[in-house]
Amino acid sequence: MRVRQGFHIHLGKLSIRVSVSRILVYLLVILLVCFTSLPLIYVVSTAFKPLDELLRIPPIFFVRKPTMDNFRDLLFATSSSSVPFLRYVVNSIFVSVATVLATIIISSIAAYSLVKLELPFKNAIFNLIVATLMFPATLMTIPNYMVINNLGLMDSYLALILPKIAGAFGFFFVKQFCDQLPDAFLEAARLDGANEWQVFTKIVFPFMKPACSTLVVFTFVASWNDAFSPLVYITQDAMRTLPVTLQSIGTAGTLARAGAMAAGTFISVVPTVLIYTLMQRRVIETMAYSGIK
Amino acid sequence: MKLINKKSLGNKALAIAFFLPFFVLFTLFVLAPVVQSVFYSFTNYDLLKRNDFVGFNNYKQLFLNDEIFLLALKNTMVFACIAGPVSYILSFVMAWILNDMKGRTIFALAFYAPSITSGTAMAVIWTYFFSSDSYGLINNFLMNLGLISSPILWNQSVDLIMPVCIFIQIWMSMGTGFLVFMAGLQNANQELYEAGAIDGIKGRFAELFYITLPQMKPQLLFGAINTIAGSFGVFDVISSFAGFPSPNYAGHTLVAHVYDYAFVRYEMGYASAVSVILFLITFLFGKAVMFLLSSKDE
Repeated sequence: MRVRQGFHIHLGKLSIRVSVSRILVYLLVILLVCFTSLPLIYVVSTAFKPLDELLRIPPIFFVRKPTMDNFRDLLFATSSSSVPFLRYVVNSIFVSVATVLATIIISSIAAYSLVKLELPFKNAIFNLIVATLMFPATLMTIPNYMVINNLGLMDSYLALILPKIAGAFGFFFVKQFCDQLPDAFLEAARLDGANEWQVFTKIVFPFMKPACSTLVVFTFVASWNDAFSPLVYITQDAMRTLPVTLQSIGTAGTLARAGAMAAGTFISVVPTVLIYTLMQRRVIETMAYSGIK
Repeated sequence: MKLINKKSLGNKALAIAFFLPFFVLFTLFVLAPVVQSVFYSFTNYDLLKRNDFVGFNNYKQLFLNDEIFLLALKNTMVFACIAGPVSYILSFVMAWILNDMKGRTIFALAFYAPSITSGTAMAVIWTYFFSSDSYGLINNFLMNLGLISSPILWNQSVDLIMPVCIFIQIWMSMGTGFLVFMAGLQNANQELYEAGAIDGIKGRFAELFYITLPQMKPQLLFGAINTIAGSFGVFDVISSFAGFPSPNYAGHTLVAHVYDYAFVRYEMGYASAVSVILFLITFLFGKAVMFLLSSKDE
């Protein structure tokens, strides 16, 4: 038994032993977490501020008289154009989901091949991939534009999806988890007559669940919040995604649009929080080993 | 003998088939641009007319005639050497503490929030904190306490830009490492803790150093490489806080220099040379970390 310093709290018949260090840790964590959650709280609070609170100087952090006006303004501000607001939301969802699915499947199967199969030049390939992680992405914009343009993919969903699928980040991430998979599991499955595809889907993929769930979060957040690629690859209004639309609402300039902007930011944060919560619950509550033990 | 050869040939073909989709896209969108940039760094390519081979001229120019580059180099080193380790260690400690805490899903979300709301919302928050007028949260607080009489110019003062940006970067960048470590902790083999207890490894810190950390080497390595790449490649945080270019180039980094030459002056050759230097420095640090955390020496 571990011995800890602590004290007893007596609540009637109930007696709880609380360790001092545990309370201190909780306090510190709560303090830090309050600080890091500020941006999220601000986004939520701002979405419900009436116009006079939005434009007040000095700015106020918390909403005082909550209202739904901003969401009406958002619909009004965007419905005047020929493309309905919902179209941008659908564009964003389609591009992000497709990017996530393609990234997970292509990266994890490639990582499995590199770690556990007889891929030639393993080390050279791995070093090459990790090395590109350290090259400034700024300079890849122009060459990528040329490729997309030459493939005739301008103004298509593929232009927003293809360049993001095979990144060094995702591959390196999954590869690190694949390293931890004991060879014995694979051998056992092969002896039972499973082919490599079955080994991958039945053994490797379940083992890498925490890794893949985490990669879903990274990939989704990056794709969903990307306000840059659509500026480069998309010229048609109907193909734009949410972040670009929000930017154009913001730069349209009139102060009255501040409300629409706040509501739009709120709407754009909701899916990322949902995906995060969904995936993180899977990471935290599924033990990778329990399935294979 | 013949049978084995045939089988291994089949295995190779299968491995290549599994790897091919990734490799094609990777080559097209990542590898080719990098190789192209390395090539451009030896030319005076300007996106329009000039594209002549100039040997090492760009590199000579950088180190002998470009004081702003040297300043950017210094700023980047200072930035990365402080922000990198602090963010790395903090995100691990948080993951480790939260991993066996009640209500960890909510705490984890709150801790990851800056990464989710990146971009505009974050910029609003730090402006709110560090606004250079008397309405900024910190200025307001300090003035009310009577510690300062006039507001501090957080994003204009040459001495303050770097420290404040380091603070903001740490705040912004902890999320990724945190999630990686959370996933790694969940992948740890629980049986080893029981085995360790029998061998006399008791207490949270002993378990951390003898069982958890050695098991998590792959994630620790990934987190480290990612932190190094991120902190050496810093640009967005500084440019949105202190403007581009920052006052007196006080917050000028290597990627800011790349951006300046590639997209303001269109001197792709020169910008590529800066990128190659940044790449070499980052790679050196990355290799050192790989040597320290290599998972092969178990």
